[in-house]
Amino acid sequence: MTTTTLIVLPFAGALLVALLPLPRRATGFLSFAIALVEVARWIVAAAQYDYDKGGLQLASSTEWVKSLGISYSVGFYGFSIWLAGVTVIVSAAAIGYAVWVDRERPRAYHALMLGLTGAVVATFAAQDLLLFYVAFEAMLIPLYVLVGAWGGERRGTATLTFVVYTMVGSLLMLAAVVAFGVSQGTFSLVDSGTSDNTWIFLGFAVAFAIKAPLFPFHGWLPLAYREAPIEVTAVLSGIVSKTAVFGFLRIALPKFPEPVDDLRGLILVLAGAGLVYGSLLAFRATDLRGIVAYSSLAQMGLIVVGIFAFNDLALDGAVLQSVNHALISASMFLLVGMVERRTGTGELSALGGMARGRPVLATVLLVAGMIALAVPGSTTFAAEFLIMAGAYGQGWGYAAIVALGVVLAAIYVLRLISAVLHVDPGSAVRDEARDLRPTELTLVLPLVACLLVLSFWPALVSESSFRGDHGAKVIAQGFR
Amino acid sequence: MIAAIATPHVDWLPLTPSLALLGASGLCLLSAVLVPGWMRRTIASIIAFAGAVTAASFAVAVFDRSSDAHTLLADSMTRDRLAAFAQLILAVTGAVIVFVAWGERRRTNHGEYFALLTASLAGMAFFVQAANLMTLFLGLEWFSLCLYVLVAIDTDRATSLEAGLKYVIVGGFGSAVLLFGSALVYGATGKLGFSEIAAANAGSDAFLVAGLAMILAGLGFKMSAAPFHMWTPDVYQGAPSSVTAFMSAATKTAALVLTLRLLNTAFPNESDIWTIAVAVIACISLAWGNLAALAQRDVKRLLAYSSISHAGFMLIAIEAGTQRGAEALLYYLVPYSAMSVGAFAVVAARERELAAPVTLDSIAGFGWERPLYGSAMWLFMLGFAGFPLTGGLFGKFFVFSAAYEAGDWWIVLVGVAATMLSLAYYLNVVRAMYMRPAPATRLVAVGGAPPRDPALAIAVAAAAVVTVGSFFVAQPILDLASDAAAALSF
Repeated sequence: MTTTTLIVLPFAGALLVALLPLPRRATGFLSFAIALVEVARWIVAAAQYDYDKGGLQLASSTEWVKSLGISYSVGFYGFSIWLAGVTVIVSAAAIGYAVWVDRERPRAYHALMLGLTGAVVATFAAQDLLLFYVAFEAMLIPLYVLVGAWGGERRGTATLTFVVYTMVGSLLMLAAVVAFGVSQGTFSLVDSGTSDNTWIFLGFAVAFAIKAPLFPFHGWLPLAYREAPIEVTAVLSGIVSKTAVFGFLRIALPKFPEPVDDLRGLILVLAGAGLVYGSLLAFRATDLRGIVAYSSLAQMGLIVVGIFAFNDLALDGAVLQSVNHALISASMFLLVGMVERRTGTGELSALGGMARGRPVLATVLLVAGMIALAVPGSTTFAAEFLIMAGAYGQGWGYAAIVALGVVLAAIYVLRLISAVLHVDPGSAVRDEARDLRPTELTLVLPLVACLLVLSFWPALVSESSFRGDHGAKVIAQGFR
Repeated sequence: MIAAIATPHVDWLPLTPSLALLGASGLCLLSAVLVPGWMRRTIASIIAFAGAVTAASFAVAVFDRSSDAHTLLADSMTRDRLAAFAQLILAVTGAVIVFVAWGERRRTNHGEYFALLTASLAGMAFFVQAANLMTLFLGLEWFSLCLYVLVAIDTDRATSLEAGLKYVIVGGFGSAVLLFGSALVYGATGKLGFSEIAAANAGSDAFLVAGLAMILAGLGFKMSAAPFHMWTPDVYQGAPSSVTAFMSAATKTAALVLTLRLLNTAFPNESDIWTIAVAVIACISLAWGNLAALAQRDVKRLLAYSSISHAGFMLIAIEAGTQRGAEALLYYLVPYSAMSVGAFAVVAARERELAAPVTLDSIAGFGWERPLYGSAMWLFMLGFAGFPLTGGLFGKFFVFSAAYEAGDWWIVLVGVAATMLSLAYYLNVVRAMYMRPAPATRLVAVGGAPPRDPALAIAVAAAAVVTVGSFFVAQPILDLASDAAAALSF
């Protein structure tokens, strides 16, 4: 019941917001209020979950299509509760930002944002393959409209590329879902066994690789991230990419042990390549959004290295880094949005010197940046260390790549901070551009605060993701 | 003496859907003559609606009482759940079409329109009950002739007349091919009844196979499967939109259900031959329909090609040749009919506003101006593409499952690839409705403000409800489909 409420609440809110003929501000506040209620609901659910016991909790299941073995089956594990939590928090911040910048056609906009939230939470809660597929697909429609109708100049091409890439992956996944479910006799993730069919595994893996995105399926990323409204980019980068993480952890790894073994090396190499390639592209990017977008590609590569390293340390690190990355990319993108609103551009060549006279912006950006580049003592450092240690178990080469990635992250984050804040004011920076307003601070500060809390206590997430500390064993046993 | 004449026993109940619609048709025709002109449309549409609803109730009654299939009237027709299920879908489609057709601008011929509509439905109801080749042909010609006239009924529009002429010529050719094929089958087996043809066990007699091929071609014409689809884009584009909506949903339902029955009852021994043939036709339909639709600017033509590709999807279900495949087909027909009728109804709404053909340019901004039609069209386009939260997803899902179970994993990949292609043009329609700025179109108010058409809105809302409803209440529909499919033996 709790889980179903968490899923249904945003959808019900979306309908309410779409249909009630309220004035602009009222619609925005209603939408933000619903998002906050969802966060509260999640806190209650997270408190109810017994992390020491682990396993599937807060579960419910009803038969949907009996003839094929499809059921409406939902529930949370430790790691998926954290992913759902970061979803509702980031989405609340994004909706708040949308209210702050007063998006056009607010009723449609907020209905779509809330619908997107509901679909993503449903993805993390799904314990039936068809339900997972439905939720995975349902994310696409709001994103398509949000980017296509409220996006920047090149939104047409951006949406087209994004939709084509995602749908190719999703439809391959549909074929894989059909094949898996029919051969297992049921579509329930809890009841079905394992399969050693590499093609079915690839159907899932390619879909998740496109969603993450993973090198070399990342072609949609630069344009989509640049052209979407900034808070939608924050949601895309922070939350939607984590559905791929969930897919890998819940479906790809436990259900296909042999194909994973066979293809592990290839996937680790691709993920590592994505980490390095994304970092290098981030360093070379000339606009703020580009840097953060490519850093997102790099971080997802890092997370996938952690997942496919497939030992306890790496899996804990992967989940922790997923949570971190969601919070970091959300705060970074929101901050980038705030900078863009003040200067009218994201081009690094036109920015600079914003720290003078704007201490709050400088501090928040610096803190977020420091955490992003995994300064020792931060939660990202803990996560990356765990992943590095775990990757070492697969081969010292992977650990070396992760270390390289950390170094490269430092380079591009410092470049971003320096280009925005330091030296002389850029051509687009005017003295009248104000510091972070209280409202903007209220949106970003909770995200940074969560990151600081996690920096002091990373074990909050990393040690409660799987039953105790035994991620590899739990997954190998298929989450039973 | 009269009492001593031996009258054959006639089981009237299974004939009632067809008879109810025939009666309605007669009454509509009378209304064309007896009722004053200004009342004609209202009276005729009420009669047609009542006839469709009566037929639907009779179909439900027949479904209830026909747990075991048997034939009637000297084995020329069947009484079974498959026919009843198809008749139910046809009757409900007809009822919704009455709402779509009510607001259509027509100077005259209102009574005739509804008379032909109900007569065509009666013919389709008769067609799906056919148990031998003669009744099959009879039913086919019955509903086809009504459709030919319906397509051309807007005699003041050249495109309508042209479409009607094309349909007559090509449809006549298709029927002739089917008849010739039936003659060959009769020559090979000496039998006309479906079960008798199977029992005659003529093996791979060349006449039989050739006859089967020609019958398949003739039925392919009717269900607009490529490469027998040449008439579809022009006829769908030229016909009045309500007739197009009717054709896209009802004709396909009738043709597909009958093909399922024919292939499994009359030609089970040749299943390895027709499985391959149907698979090939399905693949060609999927490829041709989707590729051609990508190039279309006129929305009705685009939807026509999309309906060709959906015929391909549904043929995959027949190709599986299993009970699961039959269930999948029968399930798919429910959301497909709803989405088809709904999509053409939305196009009709725009057409009536502009009094001009609806293209991707002229539909710009429609979504913002008329939110109900816009969001409904969203739903229908996404449903056609097989997106979740619509019955279209389950339709494709069940079809793919049936094909995979039957061992044809490759056709699942073809279907998936076709779906990927189709997304391009479905999303294009939605994008055209919402994302281009409205000033690109001048709204030509024909004779005043844009017409307020509550009947059309009801039809679109009903179609949307069925599209979404068939996603959430999938199992009950599947149970009905499974009962219906049990009437055939696999």
